[in-house]
Amino acid sequence: MAALFGTRRPSGTSLLGLFFVLLLIIWLIVNLVKTPNDFFTVLLIGITTGSVYALIALGYTLVYGILQLINFAHGDVFALSGLFSSTIILSVLGLDENTSALGIIGGLALALVIIVAFGAVVNTTIEFVAYRRLRQAPRLAVLITAVGMSFIVQNVSLAVFDVNFRSLPPLIPESNVFKIGSVTYQWNQLFAVLATIPVLLLLSWLVRSTKQGKGMRAVSQEPDAAAIMGVNVNRTISFTFALAGALAGVGGLLYLIEFNIRYDTGFELGLIAFTAAVLGGIGNLSGAVLGALIIGLIQAFNEGLSWAAPGSDWTRSIVFGLLIGILVFRPEGLLGERTPEGA
Amino acid sequence: MKERLRQLSRLELLDPLFGGWRRLPHGLRSAVPAVVVIALAIAYPYYVSSLPTDVPVILAFPDVGASVTIVVFVIMAVGLNIVVGYAGLLDLGYVAFYAIGAYTAGWLASGQFEQVRFHFGSVGISSDQSGIHISVWLVLLCAALLTAVGGILIGLPTLRLRGDYLAIVTLGFGEIIPQFVRNADSIKGFDLTHGTFGISPIDSPGFGERLNRSLGLPVNYQSSFDRERLFFWTALGLLLLAVFVSFRLRDSRLGRAWIAIREDETAAGAMGIPLMRTKTWAYAIGAFFGGMAGAYIASFNSGAFPSQFQFNISVFLLCMVILGGMGSLWGVVIGGTILAWLNVEGLANIGSWVNAHTPLNVEVAKYQFGIYGIIIVLMMLFRPVGLIPERRRKRELEEGTPHGALDDPLYDHRTANEREETR
Repeated sequence: MAALFGTRRPSGTSLLGLFFVLLLIIWLIVNLVKTPNDFFTVLLIGITTGSVYALIALGYTLVYGILQLINFAHGDVFALSGLFSSTIILSVLGLDENTSALGIIGGLALALVIIVAFGAVVNTTIEFVAYRRLRQAPRLAVLITAVGMSFIVQNVSLAVFDVNFRSLPPLIPESNVFKIGSVTYQWNQLFAVLATIPVLLLLSWLVRSTKQGKGMRAVSQEPDAAAIMGVNVNRTISFTFALAGALAGVGGLLYLIEFNIRYDTGFELGLIAFTAAVLGGIGNLSGAVLGALIIGLIQAFNEGLSWAAPGSDWTRSIVFGLLIGILVFRPEGLLGERTPEGA
Repeated sequence: MKERLRQLSRLELLDPLFGGWRRLPHGLRSAVPAVVVIALAIAYPYYVSSLPTDVPVILAFPDVGASVTIVVFVIMAVGLNIVVGYAGLLDLGYVAFYAIGAYTAGWLASGQFEQVRFHFGSVGISSDQSGIHISVWLVLLCAALLTAVGGILIGLPTLRLRGDYLAIVTLGFGEIIPQFVRNADSIKGFDLTHGTFGISPIDSPGFGERLNRSLGLPVNYQSSFDRERLFFWTALGLLLLAVFVSFRLRDSRLGRAWIAIREDETAAGAMGIPLMRTKTWAYAIGAFFGGMAGAYIASFNSGAFPSQFQFNISVFLLCMVILGGMGSLWGVVIGGTILAWLNVEGLANIGSWVNAHTPLNVEVAKYQFGIYGIIIVLMMLFRPVGLIPERRRKRELEEGTPHGALDDPLYDHRTANEREETR
């Protein structure tokens, strides 16, 4: 806890913040003691949801890191990708639960490649059409444009995919990975986690070790100096948007495997993911993942635990309450850096 | 050459026509359009029925009932303009104020709280009905004040944040409050908001028997034959109040402090403007009008329902302010009227006209928020100052401001040489 608040002398607000964290921990412990089975089941659900959130949150954090822009349209790109991947998987590739295991794996891998390209293209187009012209404009103008783009993308989803929820047949078997007591973990849940980890490793390698990643870090620190040193600023920003869009695409596909998606799913999920990015410290890649896992766990605990849990009616209020709480008590987030260097 | 042409057209050609007009004092000249617009608006219920109903594209002008909703939304846009336009604080959760106002009206002027029976100046309610029934005029004031307090409570922890964080926190509040009213139907068994059903019916305004006899004022709007006209005129009165307060505030010490903060927060702070207090005032006054409008429309609709308070409304109100021109009061009123009309019935009319006269078949109303999104993006890309820009704001957006906290450019990607040239 001392690490959380640094070596500063604890002020009134940070003590109040600590008090809330303490209450949360007590609540978790009571639940663990009362219903241990539920607790662990819910914990696993939370990790699964959290890892999908992480993919979306990373997109927010990447774009914020380089443009200091909250890209409201990001969540809607995620939903659009998810809807598009349902068309790819069901209509184009024609997968269903009777397809052979090899067919499913191959088909999903192909769908993943297509959807990554799709998300990247959509996000880069948004940046090109809407944000690029506003590089010199006041930040408020870009932020408002992002809100407008969010509505436009959402309505594109509505126009193409209509108002119905889309979901997949159980392609990944729902058999158990393991079963301890009554705590079970199914393959389709594990799939999301298994797919997220390599993506994260790839991303952190990309930002840390490639020339393009170095360019991204340079632009986010000091664009003028980066331009003088020969970094193509506009191309770097496009690349960042492509990367964020690709992550949204992966997130959309994984979310679709687990849950169902509609044209407006992305907006709220996007806000939750953004909260995760802020919780971890926006601009910080590992922070986004940490924040997303915490948010996923909080959501799962709230909806799945029985003792004094407010229930799913209040999830949104709790997540946004948390967002406000972080911004009041620790605006720089848990890992507290503003650039992707900390990755 | 161009300049010369303009002078010609301005001075010599039109002189016989406008010579007398130009000799009028400035104050009078600028007041005339306002008076004409106000007179046209007040007389609207009398001539609306004689307006054509087969106008191309827009089909018909809104009837009086629809106009009430339009005017109330314009009041909210004027309130939001104080926060966004004057003080430059992006508020994406204005719908929260609307909700607080509407529910305050629900609590103070309906049978929601069956446990008590409290009547104070209400009209058209028999004295044995349970619940709190306070005169709607007082309720409007209470709702506005309570919402202003809500604005301060939201503002205090968040206003020290930077602009984009502020936007996201207000958005958070805008999401929490509707969910709260939707779920708060049994807080420890206590029914605060009646859940998804909302609070209905809500009392309507009126002046009671005594004032009716002495001054001829209507007893009760709800039971009057002129119900919609009365609501319309009262809404216009509230709008005029909001516009008047905005005008006077803009030129006051507080208003100038807001504009200073909008232009350059650091410099404003250095010049001794108390940043927190000034920004909180912007929030409180913006919220005041949001709450008043919310309570009024709850009374007009005779109900407050959680489905009215979506995030979309916040964006819609923001769109009204942007279309007209942030900070430009005339722009907000006119842009707001156009958009509110589109929202109430304009889009549906235009859609049916398009479908009837072209081979297209689109459900325009289904994509209304996509259309607002397009308006927002196009305005920001091509005319960020709005349709009727405020002179000062236009200069700011064209020339840029140095190092404002919110108005700071994302960054300048020109080379140092290029920047030196433009200086």
